Amino acid sequence: MNAAFPLMGNSGAAASSKSRAAAEGSTTAAPGASTLRMKVTRINFYYGKNHALHNVSLDVATNRVTALIGPSGCGKSTLLRTLNRMYETLRHTRLEGQISLDGVDILTLDVTSLRRQVGMVFQKPNPFPKSIYENVAYGLRINGHKGRLDDAVEKSLRRAALWDEVKDKLQKSAYALSGGQQQRLCIARALAVDPEVLLLDEPCSALDPVNTAKIEELLFELKPSCTLVIVTHNMQQAARVSDSTAFMLNGDLIEFSPTRQMFTTPSDPRTEAYITGRFG
Amino acid sequence: MATTPNAATPADFAWSPRALLRRLRSADEIAHLITLIAAATLLLITVLLVYQLWILSAEARTKFGWSFFVTRTWDPVAGQFGALPFIYGTLVTSAVALVLAVPLGVGGAIFLAELAPPKLSSSLTFVSDLLAAVPSVIYGLLGVFLLVPIMRTTVQPALKRSLGFLPLFQGPAYGIGFLTAGIVLAIMIVPFVLSVSREVLLAVARDQREAALALGATKWESTWKVVVPAARIGIFGSVFLALARALGETMAVTMVIGNNPRISASLFSPGYSIAAVLANEFSEATGNLYLSALIELGLVLFLLTFVLNGLARLLILVTTKRGSGVLPT
Repeated sequence: MNAAFPLMGNSGAAASSKSRAAAEGSTTAAPGASTLRMKVTRINFYYGKNHALHNVSLDVATNRVTALIGPSGCGKSTLLRTLNRMYETLRHTRLEGQISLDGVDILTLDVTSLRRQVGMVFQKPNPFPKSIYENVAYGLRINGHKGRLDDAVEKSLRRAALWDEVKDKLQKSAYALSGGQQQRLCIARALAVDPEVLLLDEPCSALDPVNTAKIEELLFELKPSCTLVIVTHNMQQAARVSDSTAFMLNGDLIEFSPTRQMFTTPSDPRTEAYITGRFG
Repeated sequence: MATTPNAATPADFAWSPRALLRRLRSADEIAHLITLIAAATLLLITVLLVYQLWILSAEARTKFGWSFFVTRTWDPVAGQFGALPFIYGTLVTSAVALVLAVPLGVGGAIFLAELAPPKLSSSLTFVSDLLAAVPSVIYGLLGVFLLVPIMRTTVQPALKRSLGFLPLFQGPAYGIGFLTAGIVLAIMIVPFVLSVSREVLLAVARDQREAALALGATKWESTWKVVVPAARIGIFGSVFLALARALGETMAVTMVIGNNPRISASLFSPGYSIAAVLANEFSEATGNLYLSALIELGLVLFLLTFVLNGLARLLILVTTKRGSGVLPT
């Protein structure tokens, strides 16, 4: 089984994904979605000569959680990083195709305003070496926030379900918090600038199950006010938190369907093989 | 020696080459000992240095006492020795050097670490490291033949015209003096500030930059408000490394400072530094008191470096404790 897979991934997948991507372009795959927040249309992405994403299309439904799953190196993080043009921090990268946010091509937007609208939380908690308060206030300050900073900081910390734990030590260093708290602080920091979309790049991979559960619960609470895209290597997590799931393999988007459907009746044999744990 | 039940019998330690090799291979104790000796040697040298300076400067110390530090006269013929002009000259030239070199070095480091294309960055860093390795006498020659005439004919008159109301920029323009010595020092220490600061900036974790960028920060906002603050302890470190170099620099300063033990508010005035007077007068020091006074100057320079380094560490400690100065891991 395992031995046979690379063959399928390399030759068969590329061909099949082209037709699939074309098919998906015409239909809305997300379940019960009234609107699309972001739309990825047939993008190809290159790291130098390395062709990392092959003709990928994806619809991100408003106020839903979209999960990206797949084995390591399949391109799920790369796809996530195209959504806020974070790939541009790396040299020799190239994006072809179109990504739109509320119908506007993101390449035509000013990159700082795009990233204000499309926030990001990273794999490892990465608070700044500043106080808890200053971490949350940072995005507000650089974006010229008007109004009371204290209120905005409190609101963000409440939205990230961290307020009760830190309200008495806002001036303490963020590094004094536990890993799970740090990650929620990073979520609060990203929420402070009130993004429409929040990208999460394996946000729980450095956390224990208790803190993972807290973050997952938080995602549910954020859904009414925010559109979420989460990369995860944990299929149970994708099944628990997401409304629709995209399965990727070797830079191809193999299958994109409502989460329940994907985990019960996957349409592609490779998806089935992956989610039943036969490889990856 | 007491033997434990497990202790090896002497036969196990037979001095066969093979047994010796085996011992050497697993010789944690030997490695421990050798590294300990290396570390202890450093301490020993420091102690010996201070001890020698202290003993050999005994005559001057007993004769002048604390007044050595506040006396302006340096008259070997009359047997009058005061360290003040030299301490003053050393501190003033080093201060001028820092004022000029820190913005240049840190600014250059930020460019090379954050903004420049990698190829340009590595080639410029190579040039900077090359400059750091140029013998100081070369910088001295450059100072004498290039900088001094420019200072005399162009820079100093211009400063006098524009900022002449400040006591710093008054008096005749000789070309040589505190300002020129400070500039030569600045040129010499910029590579130190630049190389170390660049390393420190590059060591700031990538995820810190990404966190700022993901919030909609511009490249410069992420650099100036996140990366530089995170690296500032290391940048302090580079500055004090440079200061230590400036305080002790001998040859280049001697060639352009004017070698005149004078205290003047004007940076145009010729002066003298501790290192310069040691280099100039050691060989011709006649009489024990003269020699001993020079050695006491050496002791003063040593202590000056020591104290400034201590202050630097204190500064780092204080800024680190304020909660916000934690280096990202």
